[in-house]
Amino acid sequence: MTPARKYKAIVVGSSAGGLNALKTLLRNLDREFKIPVIIVQHISPDSENYLIHILNDLKRLKVKEADEKEHPQPGYAYVAPPNYHLLVEPDQTFTLTVDERVNYARPSIDVLFETAAEAFREHLIGIILTGANNDGSLGLKRIKEMGGMAIVQDPDTAEVDSMPKAAIQACAVDHVLPLEEIAAFLNNL
Amino acid sequence: MKKSQEEQLENQDIEIRLLIQAIFDKYGYDFRNYSQAHIKRRMLNRFHLSGMSSISQMIHEALCNHKFVDQLLMDLSINVTEMFRDPAFYKAIREHVIPLLKTYPFIKIWHAGCSSGEEVYSMAILLKEEGLYNRTQIYATDFNPVIIKQAKEGIYPISRMKDFTLNYQRSGGKASFSDYYTANYESAKLLDSFKKNIVFATHNLVTDSVFAEVHMVVCRNVLIYFDRKLQDKVISLFADSLTGGGVLCLGSKENLQFSGYYDNFDGLVTGERVYIKKYKV
Ligand SMILES: C[S@@+](CC[C@H](N)C(=O)[O-])C[C@H]1O[C@@H](n2cnc3c(N)ncnc32)[C@H](O)[C@@H]1O
Repeated sequence: MTPARKYKAIVVGSSAGGLNALKTLLRNLDREFKIPVIIVQHISPDSENYLIHILNDLKRLKVKEADEKEHPQPGYAYVAPPNYHLLVEPDQTFTLTVDERVNYARPSIDVLFETAAEAFREHLIGIILTGANNDGSLGLKRIKEMGGMAIVQDPDTAEVDSMPKAAIQACAVDHVLPLEEIAAFLNNL
Repeated sequence: MKKSQEEQLENQDIEIRLLIQAIFDKYGYDFRNYSQAHIKRRMLNRFHLSGMSSISQMIHEALCNHKFVDQLLMDLSINVTEMFRDPAFYKAIREHVIPLLKTYPFIKIWHAGCSSGEEVYSMAILLKEEGLYNRTQIYATDFNPVIIKQAKEGIYPISRMKDFTLNYQRSGGKASFSDYYTANYESAKLLDSFKKNIVFATHNLVTDSVFAEVHMVVCRNVLIYFDRKLQDKVISLFADSLTGGGVLCLGSKENLQFSGYYDNFDGLVTGERVYIKKYKV
């Protein structure tokens, strides 16, 4: 076994069906789970960020909207605000932008994953969950190139399987896991 | 990470830094304190579209080919905007700022980073509905000359009017929005009566100084592209150009809280980034 590496951040991308998947993922994380989680869920541009309330109610990680210039902290999960892209700077702080949509999406999973890949390099885990498009595939590939770990939800357990399938096609994924098992895997890192 | 990947990333970052430095040295446009991750995405995007062999070739082109540098400036200035973007913001202006402005005999407003003008015309419409437009002077600036020209024209694709109308209604607008523009098959043109009190001009927030004393500064979704240091510099510029009691309006995700000028302002509307400059600090 290779010695456990210190992971500094986890990025998660989800789309159609994502709310339930994110709930399952966060609910099963240990209460003391330390690695910051950064989430892009495709969401309608004018929605109040209700996702945050729902995920906070699980009483696991403290969940908040990602603020510009914020530095991700252990014990927190950050959600990209509707209608903004979320990027990670080389100094590992957040940037929000109102640039054009990428893969028809703002926030886009690729934008978060590609910038986080370069900022955190081998200290990053990328997770693709359920969704109906292929956003996140290029980003996951970039995470692998930079030495990070790629996890994809087993398409058979996904509400919508095209996004996980596209991610599996795009790169040599490290782990394809049923939704229910992803949190346990992370708890044991 | 493989050694080669690491080195490639390092080289790429150096080349992009040199490209940004070259644009500054040659043309005076200073992107050195913009968000690095953002600049990099934009420049790599252009690199892939350009078919050039390296970023270094892009540097050479930027120095020698004016068409190419114009293209880079467009890439670096994100002009995405809407009329009545964030309707809740305009609602807050109607409810909390208009009553303040009504106390002034003459009102001066500066829209900084106004892009193609949608934000400025939205404010003009709101002021007109509130009976204030005729005693208002609006300065609308952006550093991008191409976009300022579009702003002056006030012509937008007709396809966008549906969203603009919805935004307008959500912002508390009660009139019929289509009365405010003339339309043909492809485009909608804002009525000239909304333009008469607006001066459009180029102004660079990074390199130019204060040019007028104003009662309100509107600068939305521009500061998010800047690093902390540059944000602070630009906020000091706004603080200097505002009268005591003047209003500063930032974008929904932009915050004064961490700036060195936080103490110069009071929050005016909870949930919106609308601030009042204190008379005395
Ligand atoms: C995303 S748009 C925001 C437009 C509008 N304020 C809104 O919120 O819808 C950002 C604008 O800032 C302008 N900008 C960027 N850097 C600038 C600078 N240094 N000085 C002036 N304008 C700048 C860009 O050209 C672009 O039009």
